Amino acid sequence: MQTLDHWRQDFPILKQQVNDEPLVYLDNAATTQKPQQVLDVIEAYYQQDNANVHRGVHTLAERATKSYETAREKVQQFIQAKSTKEILFTRGTTTSLNWVAKSYGDLAVEKGDEIVISYAEHHSNIVPWQQLAKRKGAKLVYIELTDDGYLDLEDAKAKITDQTKIVSLAHVSNVLGGINPIKTLTELAHQHGAVMVVDGAQSTPHMPVNVTELDVDFYAFSGHKMCGPTGIGVLYGKQALLEKMEPVEFGGEMIDFVYPQESTWSELPWKFEAGTPNIAGGIGLGAAIDYLTAIGMDTIHQYEQELVAYVLPKLEAIEGVTIYGPKDPKDHTGVIAFNIEGLHPHDVATALDMEGVAVRAGHHCAQPLLQYLKVPATARASFYFYNTKEDADRLVDAILATKEFFQNGLI
Amino acid sequence: MALSKLDNLYRQVILDHSSHPHHHGVLDESTNEIEMNNPTCGDVIQLQLHIEDGVIKDMRFDGSGCSISTASASMMTDAVIGKTEQEALVLIEQFSELVQGNETGDLDDLGDAAMLSGVAKFPARIKCATLGWKALEQGILEKQDTTVSKQLHREDKGE
Repeated sequence: MQTLDHWRQDFPILKQQVNDEPLVYLDNAATTQKPQQVLDVIEAYYQQDNANVHRGVHTLAERATKSYETAREKVQQFIQAKSTKEILFTRGTTTSLNWVAKSYGDLAVEKGDEIVISYAEHHSNIVPWQQLAKRKGAKLVYIELTDDGYLDLEDAKAKITDQTKIVSLAHVSNVLGGINPIKTLTELAHQHGAVMVVDGAQSTPHMPVNVTELDVDFYAFSGHKMCGPTGIGVLYGKQALLEKMEPVEFGGEMIDFVYPQESTWSELPWKFEAGTPNIAGGIGLGAAIDYLTAIGMDTIHQYEQELVAYVLPKLEAIEGVTIYGPKDPKDHTGVIAFNIEGLHPHDVATALDMEGVAVRAGHHCAQPLLQYLKVPATARASFYFYNTKEDADRLVDAILATKEFFQNGLI
Repeated sequence: MALSKLDNLYRQVILDHSSHPHHHGVLDESTNEIEMNNPTCGDVIQLQLHIEDGVIKDMRFDGSGCSISTASASMMTDAVIGKTEQEALVLIEQFSELVQGNETGDLDDLGDAAMLSGVAKFPARIKCATLGWKALEQGILEKQDTTVSKQLHREDKGE
């Protein structure tokens, strides 16, 4: 197994003790840590270049604008979009999906139309569509899952029909960890004249993404889940669609001319970016993309697959541990939801924390999925490229110690 | 071993309450029912109260929760059954202060629930411990509100 150990050294936060144990950070699906290189770029921006973008003639404004727009180019190249006009900076995946639901949804969805999602979606890819469906009198339709935790493609074929105007699915489930065949699903959506929206929050940080090759219409992701800062995210949209859409927010930066009674909009992508943007966030995301690109997204994906192939069988071998999602490590990303028989995941997460192992417990912002799986909550360990085999072993050992503690009350 | 710190949180009596909760289930006759959830984690409690003449005659709880929330609800039922609504409200306040690590004076009336003081050292778990108590508080206050509004209603009608 290859090692990415030297990259781990770039993350100062990982070199600490938590509850007297060396930290094992396994909550990467919630947010990832930031390498020194990204922190340095953000600090340097504030120390040397800080100014508002797109409006100043002075040198700092020029520098800030250039850095911010260069970050947009980095995003464009990272996901292989055709043009920077297709890259909108947002607050994160949630804002990106809300913009599509509001702007494209209002344009394209009418009474009686259908919006298709799946049971394995994050709340941010459910609630905006519920609201759209309510506004328009449309119907929200759910694709079922198979017993072994995959999206049911047969059911997808049945649910995506000529009534469907929008299909919106996660590229990778934030609970089950499975990778959806987005290209196939996009073809299916297009055959029926629907647009394909993809929640890329859990895929973009971990694998190469090529939006042009996937032919998706919209693709959303967050900076903070890929070594970037919080408060910055991206909405990719095909230029022809974005041209037709109305902005969701109005104000400075997004206008061309403002008259007393009406206004005209700036061109893409700025038409959608009202107000002073998150400049440091955009630049920080650009730095994160540089960092990930230096490692190589193929390398990251391959390494994480090896890590999953290492840890998944070890977890499955623990008596009383149930793993949710695909059992084949090839189909399972580093997001691993699990439960220990007889123990509530909160108790598990507290116990693991005492061993220095940070995992999430709860419903993972996916209540319909947990209702579907008929479990009230799960624990979730989620890996990134800076995690190691030793981290995986620490997780396994901590689970064994937790079981022992709760079974015998004492250790 | 770092798990030894967990003894503060999970003492044997707490684990006993969570694995064999008291007053767990459903009442045949209840005067009011409350469902409350903890949206950050998905825990849900359904609480049924039988309150007569301002006294909590009986109660049951159901739902899904971690060992802290289950044990806490179980201990709460032991502490408040037979108490008046006002006495229960005092205990709820006292318990809330206790698990936040604040001075609360005499803990005798809380019974086993006093054992949950260790929760204060685990801030992420305070909401688990207070879920059942918050449900009870809501139940009592709602009942008092309805009683008051019914009385007002009667007064309006001159009954």
